Amino acid sequence: MTARTLYDKIWDDHMVDQAEDGTCLLYIDRHLVHEVTSPQAFEGLRMTGRKVRAPQKTIAVPDHNVPTTLDRANAATMTEDSRIQVEALDKNAKDFGINYYPVSDVRQGIVHIVGPEQGWTLPGMTVVCGDSHTATHGAFGALAHGIGTSEVEHVLATQTLIQRKAKNFKVEITGSLMPGVTAKDITLSVIGATGTAGGTGYVIEYCGQAIRELSMEGRMTVCNMAIEGGARAGLIAPDEKTYAYCMGRPHAPKGAAWEAAVANWKTLFSDEGAHWDKVIILKGEDIAPVVTWGTSPEDVLPITGKVPSPSDFTGGKVEAVQRALDYMGLTPGQNLSDIKIDTVFIGSCTNGRIEDLRAAAAILKGKKKKDGIRAMVVPGSGLVRAQAEEEGLDQIFLDAGFEWRLAGCSMCLAMNPDQLAPGERCAATSNRNFEGRQGRGGRTHLLSPAMAAAAAITGHLTDVRDLMTETV
Amino acid sequence: MDKFTKLTGIAAPMPLVNIDTDMIIPKQFLKTIKRSGLGVNLFDEMRYNLDGSEIAEFVLNQPAYRQAQIIVAGENFGCGSSREHAPWALLDFGIRCVISTSFADIFYNNCFKNGILPIVMPQEVVDVLMEDAKKGANARQTVDLEAQTVTTSDGRVFPFDVDAHRKDCLINGLDDIGLTMVKVKAIDSFEQKAATLRPWA
Repeated sequence: MTARTLYDKIWDDHMVDQAEDGTCLLYIDRHLVHEVTSPQAFEGLRMTGRKVRAPQKTIAVPDHNVPTTLDRANAATMTEDSRIQVEALDKNAKDFGINYYPVSDVRQGIVHIVGPEQGWTLPGMTVVCGDSHTATHGAFGALAHGIGTSEVEHVLATQTLIQRKAKNFKVEITGSLMPGVTAKDITLSVIGATGTAGGTGYVIEYCGQAIRELSMEGRMTVCNMAIEGGARAGLIAPDEKTYAYCMGRPHAPKGAAWEAAVANWKTLFSDEGAHWDKVIILKGEDIAPVVTWGTSPEDVLPITGKVPSPSDFTGGKVEAVQRALDYMGLTPGQNLSDIKIDTVFIGSCTNGRIEDLRAAAAILKGKKKKDGIRAMVVPGSGLVRAQAEEEGLDQIFLDAGFEWRLAGCSMCLAMNPDQLAPGERCAATSNRNFEGRQGRGGRTHLLSPAMAAAAAITGHLTDVRDLMTETV
Repeated sequence: MDKFTKLTGIAAPMPLVNIDTDMIIPKQFLKTIKRSGLGVNLFDEMRYNLDGSEIAEFVLNQPAYRQAQIIVAGENFGCGSSREHAPWALLDFGIRCVISTSFADIFYNNCFKNGILPIVMPQEVVDVLMEDAKKGANARQTVDLEAQTVTTSDGRVFPFDVDAHRKDCLINGLDDIGLTMVKVKAIDSFEQKAATLRPWA
């Protein structure tokens, strides 16, 4: 039998039909839905008299618009248009009989955190959502990617997606990470190496010792940003850590069914000799804590570096870098660690899980944020928040002067009231530093939760390793 | 969905690389539950000042390009968020075709679902089309989907590739869901088979 990659295997397992020109109909095991990209799709079903084909495989949760302040039960905390969108999801979930976690449910949170947490996401599945960060679920060895609203409607109606197969891209991280270096630094460094279009047309499989050594939370962070490298999806082959994470989750199989599932999952790896269309290898030891300086996730450098000059680049990137430096208010040659910040945001589907909050709290314990800095922690789900409170992390954040919020997407994309003002500079654990992403004129520096915590203490972008040495 | 066969129109040059979907339609306009009406906010933060007045130098605000139907763009157009609001906003403004050296995957798919043709061309061709587009309103380019060619205002013709299935859907204005519904028996039998092979899924 031909050697196949993990992507090839999942693809083959889900192929319903293949047309002569290579266009395939792919079966979808899990369809996650949020309030922003679904209303037009449900409306389309209503207009054509269609039903949701597999409501039991469809899971909805509001996350983008919902306020994260403690008073959010009060409807006045939402703008009219946000409220209409959330209410539309409430109604659509009820009318079409799909699984639903409303704002009032403790399990509510960011869709990509809720899916794995509830055991909806399992190895070998196909998972889609009208959201580009669906790539997150690839951490389980599930083929997971974002789709548009027309495709949301297509999946709702048919439980399939029209797709052409992507190419195979292996990203290997050898060796181990050094202290202070995290999954976020891996994923940003990969994008720095390949560019934001480097993965276009590919599905990435992340492998190597440094990936194996990551927790499931870390693996989700890595896969989450596969889309930022242009890839359709990111994958990590399941292993004992994956099974341990999934076992006992509400929607994971139990008993004999669990044993059968694990036996199947153990076949989910890329065969020796499988064909790769593209390969890059990074040494884990070479990866440093990184920050972004520009307005594309590929604009990333080690924190020990300096702001580059447009003349360091070629082609269309020269103009883009000049524009980015103007927007970001930075000067070529400036030390990245001298950049003063106004705000710290810890949260998002990239870094809103319990391990992320632990990493930030470990740096902040017994310390205070710099005066004048606005700092907030937004847990990725109600259950992450509860777990953090059980571990006393909330008190560490509150003592350090952070706001301790309820779950949602929050300042990652600023669709709720959590936004940057023009010119406000933010150290953010989220995934996009695009112009206006966190609020019009807002300036975003992407980094890891530990690095964000370090920046909160000093008031400028900071090498977290310096603070770690102090505590040793 | 409107059919796309042949289009002759003004092409607006946008050489900036990595134009993301947050730029195409910022998040504050995603709070709609409709598909229409987004054209006025297309490229909102590049197009308008904070007080709502137009930024004169932005390409689509220039008199020559206000009626543009084609955009010639720098590489990796449409990267970032999966928001289909981006092609909805382009379409509502009147853009039916975007030409670049590369597109982000999800945006590329979304265009075809809305009657917009994204065309991938090599750098040297995009350079020629960009220069042609810079000539202004008199430089009308022709995109012929049936022949799979783009013709510059001065008659230079460049071929492009497109999937047969996507081309067929655009030319005939076909609804994907209707096409897939025809295959419902195949989906039924797949589900029955999967229930035995992967009962947890």
